[in-house]
Order: sequence, then structure tokens, then C-alpha cells
Amino acid sequence: MFAGLDDRTWLWVAAGCYLAGFLLGTLSLLRGGRPSGAAMYILVAGGYALQLLGLGLRGKAVGGCPLGNQFEVFQFVAWSAITLYLVIGVTFRNSLLGYFTSCLATALTVLSLSLPSWDAATRSHIFGGNPWIELHAALAVFSYGVFGLLALTSFMYLARNRSLKSKELSGWVSFLPSIFDLDQIGVRLLGSGVTILAISLLVGANYWFRDTASANSIKILITVAVWVAYAVALGLRLAGRLITRRFAWTGIALFAAALLSLEAVDSSRHPATKPTATAVKP
Amino acid sequence: MSAEGLFVIGATHHRAPLEVREKLALAADAAHALRAELATIAGLHEFAVLSTCNRIEFYGVTSHPEVAHRVSAAFCARQNFNHAEFEKFRLRLHGPDAVRHLVEVAAGLDSQMIGETEIFGQVKDAYATAQSLRTTGPVLNRVFQKGFQAAKHVRATTAINEGQVSVANVAVDLALSIFGSLTSTRILLLGAGEIGEKTAKAFQSRGAASLTVASRRFERAMELATVLGASAMPFEQREARLAEFDIVVCATSAPDLVVSLASTQSAMRRRPAQPLFFIDQALPRDVDPAVTSLENVFLYNLDDLAKIAEENRSAREAELTKCRAIASEKAESLWRQVERQVAALAGHTSPGVSPTFARSPQP
Repeated sequence: MFAGLDDRTWLWVAAGCYLAGFLLGTLSLLRGGRPSGAAMYILVAGGYALQLLGLGLRGKAVGGCPLGNQFEVFQFVAWSAITLYLVIGVTFRNSLLGYFTSCLATALTVLSLSLPSWDAATRSHIFGGNPWIELHAALAVFSYGVFGLLALTSFMYLARNRSLKSKELSGWVSFLPSIFDLDQIGVRLLGSGVTILAISLLVGANYWFRDTASANSIKILITVAVWVAYAVALGLRLAGRLITRRFAWTGIALFAAALLSLEAVDSSRHPATKPTATAVKP
Repeated sequence: MSAEGLFVIGATHHRAPLEVREKLALAADAAHALRAELATIAGLHEFAVLSTCNRIEFYGVTSHPEVAHRVSAAFCARQNFNHAEFEKFRLRLHGPDAVRHLVEVAAGLDSQMIGETEIFGQVKDAYATAQSLRTTGPVLNRVFQKGFQAAKHVRATTAINEGQVSVANVAVDLALSIFGSLTSTRILLLGAGEIGEKTAKAFQSRGAASLTVASRRFERAMELATVLGASAMPFEQREARLAEFDIVVCATSAPDLVVSLASTQSAMRRRPAQPLFFIDQALPRDVDPAVTSLENVFLYNLDDLAKIAEENRSAREAELTKCRAIASEKAESLWRQVERQVAALAGHTSPGVSPTFARSPQP
């Protein structure tokens, strides 16, 4: 509890900030204008701080990184994507990236908050109190946030490319960055995501080799498959074999697959236990 | 009387045709001599001269209504232009209308190419010259300085200068949508005619990394390359070296295609991840339209560019009403600030502004 409010309430308020950013951007675009970069940044940053508070309260209650169930994982993915936007958004002065990131964060946070069953059960001692495994899990989920942002820039690339090819340049697409910049951002995000997930897997592998019963084989298989898929995409992109629209579609498709795989990873991890005191009251 | 104390008199592209404006255009020497002459007109307390290819305007502060007429008479006499003829084309506004006109001119609302920004710099230069010659005073100083702020406000709060309205600048904007920045883009200009030259200059002015000119007459390519500070390339090498360039401006008068689908495919195999942008300004067209089917290749022809320029022009015109309302509001407010000062000059006769002007250096 903080200021009399529990973690889920703070996370709802954070989701409200992201939603406000999304609605503000939509309104600006419908009026034919560019979303205000400053207003977008303030709303998203405000949501980020509140989400950090909510996740912090949850982490304090469970005594570790709040990645114990699907609700927490989705919250963490959204938080990771926002973390990157707050860095990249300033660098590229890209208010539309803020708009799309707030859209993604709204979808992930509102969805996870709206489904009480995702937060109804949490796992006891999920990381066995090992900080390395906590780091492994946190980095893995953070890399999903990076891939989420890659999916967004890929979508922006496709929209920009289509407008330039079809010569329909007016409307919201006119506020998008150049296709060259979007492509470069995409390559950097993919490289960062693959690296972060690789570090996460290395940390996890180090622990797993010492205790092979500590992780389910399905979880390992899926996580490694996600990393391999992204690493292959990066290799092909750097070799000039996976470029332009195919690269963008790959970024979107892989993120959709990665999100879908989260449930399988989560359910294969540990048997569910009764809800803790911090879990939602249905 | 107070409204007539501040005036603008002159001629603009709205009423004066090009052949008249040619005769009214002030050369630098003539402008300085005219300023010296205007400075001796009794009752003309302050003045500034704005001279561009589309307008000659005299902004003044006076205590006598007939002074504006004397200003235009002095101008016509210096230009050997019939004053009665000038009256047919002349613009004459007073008080708040003159202030509003200045704001509209500075904001580009009164320009031939609506929303253009060059005029703002020209008005600033006109004011700076007047200030350096000390022909402005408390009224014009306030009107110009606040007028600049109002013009900036109009431009910042509306879409009056959004989207390019010239074909060359539309091409540059498109290139920016593809490459983001032009600082590392290499440009190939095919054809050494005027249209291609204009577009190439627009790219250079926006910081393109390099420009190479190729023309069917190599000596012509060399000449243009020298003028533009570019390099020249034999026309026959254009397809073999296509992969070396990011933007290709085509403006030849060749009867057949000069860039084929096959050569573009070959170039893109060597630079698959780098976009290639063709600007085909030639008639008949220089680039095979089938290149648009290739990934990362973008082709815009003359019609495409003209259509975008026209859409931008229409969008700017649609903003005019909103802009004029803002300019009017700002001008009214500004006029109220100087009205009392102008009224105080009523009936006051000064010997002109010549004593200080005479000591000022020629601009």
C-alpha cells in the first residue's frame, strides 16, 4: 500500500495515463494535426512513474521481481517498452512513436488488469530466492518490451512505405519519420533485444546446468526458439537478405508469436498456488 | 486624423503587372538616393522602404495627409514613371489597415506564393536598413518589431507554411521523407537543363553530400558541374554507376527512356537495404515506370510532384481566412498601442529626418 492505495490501483492509474496519451494523440490526428510531443511525453512519463510505483509495491509484497504471473509479465513488458520510448523518443523527437507506444502500453496494461484470472494465482518461491534467476527473468521480459517497440516501428515503417509508394502523403503518415530512420531504429532495437535476451538466456543456462530440474523443458524450448527466431532475423537483416517490408512484417509477426508464447512459458514454469495477499480479490 | 498619420503607399503584384513592377523596381543606388530625398520631406517623421520583386512599399508616419502623396511622387520622379499612371496601381492604407497589411506581408499572406518565408527576411532587412539610417522612430519601431512577433505567431499557430508549393522543394521534401537527412545522400542529375538545375540547387541548399551531373553533351555537363560545384560524369555510365547514388534527378530531353528496369534491378541488388529515389521531371519520361514495382525504389514524375505542390497550395489557401483573422486581431491591438503617439503628431511639422540620415553610411 502507498498513500492508502494498493498496487493494482496504482497500475490502473498508470494505465489511465497511457490511455489519456493514446486518446490525446488520436484526437490530434483526427483533427489533422501532429500529436504534441511534450504532452505525450508528460503523460507517458507520468504513467511510467505510476506503473513503477505499482510494480514496486507488488515486488515488495512478493519479495522479488514481480514476474510471478501473466498479469505481472504483461505489466513488465509494457513498462519495458515505455522505458525504451522515454530514451528513444527524446533522441528521435518522434511524437508518433510516443503515440503508438502509449497505444501498446494501454492495450497490454488494460488487458492484464481487466482479466482478474491472470492475477488470481501467483507462484510461491518462483525464483527460489536466487537473484541471478530474477535477473534472468527480468532481462527476458525486458527484451520482450524491446521487441514490442520494434513491432511498433515496423508498423510505422510499413505505413510510411505504403504512403510513399502509393503517393498518398497527406494525413497522419506525414508526421512519421523517414523510412530510412525507421529502418535504422528497427535494426538497433532488434540488435538490442537479441543481445538482452541472449544475456538473459546465458544467466538462466548457468543456473539450469547446475539444477536441470529447475526449469521446464517447454519453457526453455520456447524461450530459445524466440531468441533463435530474432537472432536469425538480425543475421538476415545484416546480410541484406531480410530487408524493407519483409523485415518489418517479420518484426510484427515475431512479436505476436512471442506474446502468444508467454502464456505457454508462464504455465509451464511452476504449478499454480493459492493467491497471495497482494493478488487481486476476484 | 490619427489613422492617416500612419500610412503605407506603394504597388504590389496584386494590381501591378510584371512589366510595371519591372519599371518600379528600385536598384540599390537609387534606393539610397530616394531615401535621402524622402528624408527631406517636411512632415514625414519616420519611414521605411520595402522593395522586393513583387512589391515596392513605403511605410511612413506623418502629421499631414498629403505627405504620402509626396512620397509616391518622389518615387515616381526618380523612376521616371508617370505618377498618374502609378495611381492606377497603387496601394494606400492608413492606421490599423496599414499595420494589418505589414503583418500580412511579413507572414507571407500577401505573397504571390502564399505562406512563403523569404518575405519575412526581406521585411526584416528593410526595417534594419531604415533603423541603421535612423529613419524610423518610436512608432515604426514598435509597429515593425511587434509586427514581426505577430507574423511569427500567425505562422506558428496555423498551417500557412506547411507543405512545399514549388516542384523542386516538393522533391526535396519527398527525399527527406525517405532519407530523413540529406547530409549523406549522393545526387545524380541527368540532363543539364534549367529544370534539373533548379532541383539540384534545391537539394544542395538542403545539404546534399554530393552532386554529379551527366548530360548527353559532356561539355554541357562539365559547365553546369562547374557552376554548381559538382562533378561531371559521362552520360553512358549512368546505368552502370546507378548503385552509387541515392537520389536521381532526371530532366533530359531524350526521346526514349534513359533509366531502364533492368539497370535499376541490377543497382538494387548491390544496395538492397538503401532506398533509391527517382525524380523524373522529363517529358517524355526518362525512367521506366516499372521500377516502382521494386522494393526500396521510389519514383515520382512531374505530374506527381505538381499534384503535391497544388494540394499544398490549396491547403495554404484554406488557412488564409484563419490567418487573416489572427493578423487583424494582432494589428488592432498593435494599432491601439501606437494610436496615441501618431495622434500626438497631428499638426506638428518637422523638417523631416534628414539631419541624422545625411550622416548615416550607405547600406
